[in-house]
Amino acid sequence: MSIAKRIACTVVIGAGMLAALAGLLARNSYARQFREAIDARPSLQFPLGTDELGRDRFARLLWGTRVSLILAPAAALITTLLAALIGGSAGYLGGRWERLVLAATDLFLSLPWLFLLLAVRALLPLNTSPYASVFLTFLLLGCLGWANPARIVRSATCTLASSEFILQAKASGVAGLRLFWLQLAPNLRPVLMAQFWIAIPVFILSEANLALLGLGVSEPVPSWGGMLRELENYTAVLHNPAMLAPLAMLVAVVSGLQVLLGTEETSAC
Amino acid sequence: MFLVVVRQLRRVLLTTLVAGLLGATLVRLSPGFGIDEREMDSRLNRESQSAARAEHTGERNIGAFYLRYLDNALHGDFGYSLALNRPVAEMIRERLPVTLVSLGYGAGFGMLAGIVLALATVSAQSVPLNLISSAMSGLCLSLPAAVIALFFLWTGASGRWAIALAVFPHVYRYSKNLLTEARRSAHVMAAEARGVRPARVLLAHITAPVLPQLAAVAGVAVSLAFGSCIPVEVLCDSPGIGQLAWKAALARDLPVLVTITALVAILSVAANSFADLALAPWRAAK
Repeated sequence: MSIAKRIACTVVIGAGMLAALAGLLARNSYARQFREAIDARPSLQFPLGTDELGRDRFARLLWGTRVSLILAPAAALITTLLAALIGGSAGYLGGRWERLVLAATDLFLSLPWLFLLLAVRALLPLNTSPYASVFLTFLLLGCLGWANPARIVRSATCTLASSEFILQAKASGVAGLRLFWLQLAPNLRPVLMAQFWIAIPVFILSEANLALLGLGVSEPVPSWGGMLRELENYTAVLHNPAMLAPLAMLVAVVSGLQVLLGTEETSAC
Repeated sequence: MFLVVVRQLRRVLLTTLVAGLLGATLVRLSPGFGIDEREMDSRLNRESQSAARAEHTGERNIGAFYLRYLDNALHGDFGYSLALNRPVAEMIRERLPVTLVSLGYGAGFGMLAGIVLALATVSAQSVPLNLISSAMSGLCLSLPAAVIALFFLWTGASGRWAIALAVFPHVYRYSKNLLTEARRSAHVMAAEARGVRPARVLLAHITAPVLPQLAAVAGVAVSLAFGSCIPVEVLCDSPGIGQLAWKAALARDLPVLVTITALVAILSVAANSFADLALAPWRAAK
């Protein structure tokens, strides 16, 4: 393992541990308001200061890390499952279904992601609770991100379907779902795992973009994206650079994941 | 060539129809659709309220609703924004040029920076340059477009450059991988062994064979630039369609939102089709 990958691994595991131990490390609740300490600078009581509502920024960062690091992989899992189902069936069944899936993926990929998210997000009821908004935001991300992975899974399934061991299995009388489940699915696992890991940083960034536009996770539930909204106040950032902590955390984790994945743009995105 | 043009036109037309259908379905399913304010007007008697309700009866059938939506859209009528109290077409006409100029600059400079830096990295074969350019692209890739827009807002620079910075890392990584792969090919090694000048090796033996793939990134750059124009226009207060889409999303103004989404989808498909068409003669010659 190279030095860069070791550092990246440490960063990602460190962030995961902070998220897991949020309840132990944070002295205060993420929603508690200290009205006597609004916009406070970093101190022993508040290691990263407080926000404009007097909430402990350190506690919010830890709980926000937990939200982002649990729900982004959950959304990635939904996307991967959808991609496996749609792409796998298209590659395995072929014919009209494959052509339909290819046309649908082309259409989905030509729709700019954020425009689509805004359109679907606007359909959600107005009285959505903050906790429901957390799940709905990541559920939407998971449900709308299937197109690119599905295309890759379909391509991998096509390659596998024409390989010699599948021909041999067919010649031995294995067919239908049994062939798919026993022969194809285990060999698709590395492709699906890669798609799962690639989707995580994409969803973390998408949530951050949505939250900065006021359409992500609702207050008072913290997320990295939601905490970045403080950065709109430039003078406040100059006054208290600790406000940059969520951004530093987000960049470190997303960069770490990218280094670990060795993300390379092998197709025109 | 004729067949290629027909195929691309069919693609744009199909996208328009499907995007329109999806848009119409979203509008039809939106909360409060088909409810007329007059139904709650106590001054109106029961017959008048029933008449007001009856005016929307035809809209309840999604097929009929879509056909009418399509017919109106073909005549340039994209509906009326209740939140902004203006016709949708009028607002798009005003704002689209602003976004197109930003996209032109953003996608253009993003592509230029990405390809030039990739060419420099591959040709120089310098470890520090490779490290610096990879770190730069990695950092840009790890920042949400909205945060890049904030940095530009702080420095007082135009938001267009934020779009360029959001497009740059994708183009750089894709171009670098393509060029690195081309550099490793046997004919390049043969040319270098024969003492062909480095500039000629780079242009004629490395870049020329991958030119179609490099050009294909133009369509993707437009799509990426469209994606980043929402946060950039919102945070930099640029009056384009990205900002309009955001306002519509906050106000749950679905007619505006679906029209913009469909329009952006058509423009993205058209950009991809244009890139494909531009490369068709080259592919045919090959």
